Amino acid sequence: MASFESVEVKEGVDQETVDAVRDVGAAYKYGWETDIEMEYAPKGLNTDIVKLISGKNEEPEWMTEWRIKAFNRWGKIEEPKWSMVNYPEIDFQDQYYYARPKSMAEKPKSLDEVDPKLLETYDKLGIPLKEQMLLAGVEAAGNDTEQGERKVAVDAVFDSVSVGTTFQKELKNAGVIFCSISEAIKEHPDLVKKYLGSVVPITDNYYATLNSAVFSDGSFVYIPPGVRCPMELSTYFRINAENTGQFERTLIIADTGSYVSYLEGCTAPKRDTAQLHAAVVEIVVEEDAEVKYSTVQNWFPGDEDGNGGIYNFVTKRADCRGDRSKVMWTQVETGSAVTWKYPSCILRGNESQGEFYSIAITNNHQQADTGTKMVHLGKNSKSRIVSKGISAGFAQNTYRGLVSMHPKAKNSRNYTQCDSLLIGDKCGAHTVPYIEVKNNSSRVEHEATTSKVDDDQLFYCRQRGMDEEEAVALVVNGFCKDVLQALPMEFAMEAQQLVAISLEGSVG
Amino acid sequence: MLEIKDLRVNLEDENKEILKGVDLTVEAGKVHAIMGPNGSGKSTLSYVLSGKEGYEVIDGTVTLNDNDILEMEPEERASAGLFLAFQYPVEIPGVGNMTFLRTAVNAQRKARGEQEISATDFLKQVRERAKSLQIDSEMLKRPVNVGFSGGEKKRNEILQMAMLEPKMCILDETDSGLDVDAMKLVAEGVNSLRGAGRGFLVITHYQRLLNHIKPDVVHIMANGRIVKTGGPELALEVENNGYSEILSEVA
Repeated sequence: MASFESVEVKEGVDQETVDAVRDVGAAYKYGWETDIEMEYAPKGLNTDIVKLISGKNEEPEWMTEWRIKAFNRWGKIEEPKWSMVNYPEIDFQDQYYYARPKSMAEKPKSLDEVDPKLLETYDKLGIPLKEQMLLAGVEAAGNDTEQGERKVAVDAVFDSVSVGTTFQKELKNAGVIFCSISEAIKEHPDLVKKYLGSVVPITDNYYATLNSAVFSDGSFVYIPPGVRCPMELSTYFRINAENTGQFERTLIIADTGSYVSYLEGCTAPKRDTAQLHAAVVEIVVEEDAEVKYSTVQNWFPGDEDGNGGIYNFVTKRADCRGDRSKVMWTQVETGSAVTWKYPSCILRGNESQGEFYSIAITNNHQQADTGTKMVHLGKNSKSRIVSKGISAGFAQNTYRGLVSMHPKAKNSRNYTQCDSLLIGDKCGAHTVPYIEVKNNSSRVEHEATTSKVDDDQLFYCRQRGMDEEEAVALVVNGFCKDVLQALPMEFAMEAQQLVAISLEGSVG
Repeated sequence: MLEIKDLRVNLEDENKEILKGVDLTVEAGKVHAIMGPNGSGKSTLSYVLSGKEGYEVIDGTVTLNDNDILEMEPEERASAGLFLAFQYPVEIPGVGNMTFLRTAVNAQRKARGEQEISATDFLKQVRERAKSLQIDSEMLKRPVNVGFSGGEKKRNEILQMAMLEPKMCILDETDSGLDVDAMKLVAEGVNSLRGAGRGFLVITHYQRLLNHIKPDVVHIMANGRIVKTGGPELALEVENNGYSEILSEVA
């Protein structure tokens, strides 16, 4: 792009720009490490390790068997190669599959007993593990009950274990179960047995199968019939230990007529070796229930030369089982060196609805292959896909999406809007839609655009006083607006800033 | 205030000289108009002054309050007080007009080491200034220039000018695409910003805008040079006799 390249030609003025580019690695705010004594399972993966993880979590036998079944299957299948990402072969035997802070050996009974170092970590990340009100813009001042007051319950997962979950009591009063999955396996085995693997079976795909064998913790949510969850629920994932994979499992069940909004955030320290993250999220949505699932994924993306970063292989799926059930996925993907992720909706119920809003930003050498699957099985089901992919630097960004209308999904509709924005001329944007329609009454619309950040737009912003990066951030935030609006308020602000930070150094 | 000396400019990528030695001084508080036929280099001058890419300055100097602006980035020129009202204001989808204005105001304040404007003060100022330009709150919320009519776009430029309070304003064919009523409105907006030591450079084809924005000095530009300078009567001369007579006179 002319404006970016010619900046280099000018003399004197652009030392700052050069520095900004050099510092881009430093733009990752969460790259620090918590110095804490850890306990690891031996490196590598075999039946003993699977049993060890199960044992650490004090799991019942049926769970151990479930894991071993998954592990045996995993040994027989191969890593998928169809996505548009390149990375060196992963040595699955050169990883730790379990790491927990020593202080967590004895599970703390309440948040007061949690190791202060861990609490500090989350504090530094800006995640409140104290049960305080989140006041939008105002410090908690006495009995202020203005409308800005929002409560968010947090489950904090540190490497392989859940550190603690806030507001459990209050949620319990509403009949909501929100706890770590390891706790749920022990405390609510019937629910877990009934639903675990029912949306993403252990045979689903390579990474999901691996996750089924070795997942160490994650979150569990159950919203009983007719209950509107009284607060937002969130899980915050932090990878801290080196050479350690994080494999978390999240299971959300929204029973008949219930509602929940769930937020997920993730960060990891800066390291020059890549780390593996393979999560599974299963959501069950019964009749008339609604689930909103929002993600701000900000794993360490690797440095500007493409060293290190998280390999993010995630399987997320919602099963809209009941009639008129509804699920909405919103994701802001700015981190990870490699992202492979397709949050999907099985629209089984009649008149069920699935929505997918996505912003995927890739800069430097990041690669993302992400999108969704909308599988329409029920009559009059509806889905909507809005995907915004932004590539800068040398990054490759692929939207891959399936819309499938089955024979019985009469009168169903899908609308897909898929926009790509390029910054610079060394990056790539790709759109790979798969559309299958097996009945004659459904309608599928697909719109796709690819554009470059326009020189005239940038000049206009700069003439008004914004520097180049601020101008790019403004234009890109405008480009993403449809998706940003779909985020819960507390995420929207963070996401906007993240857009700006992720693109630092992308111009100049 | 704005001093242009022997400015020579090539189109980048082409060895074609567009400005062939422009000399021009706009004093503080004065309104200068530049008139000229198509292709005379008027718009190029506005772009070069504001720092748009694609032009190569081969000779000459431009200073704003004694600061060399040719060495500055576009945003530095803006913060130094240079404002360009675009002939074709650019659309920025998804970015609210108000957000854009506030980001711009704060960016300039930050660059000058001043504090950011508070949300309430900003809102108050915008509403006040928008009102006199007949810009309603709906238009303030819409994305920048997206779906704006020609008149709305130009009024929006003047609103930005009013909010940014520049020292030196360049208006590039602000009258193009405006009907008489819209032109009056825009002119009133400009006139209300006159004085206070603010300089104006009004670029136009036609004399009609100058009926509403009365210039102190009028320049005729042709073939990359200022060929004639005079008072407001020069604009009338153009209106009555066209450019060809003046050009043959100076040739």
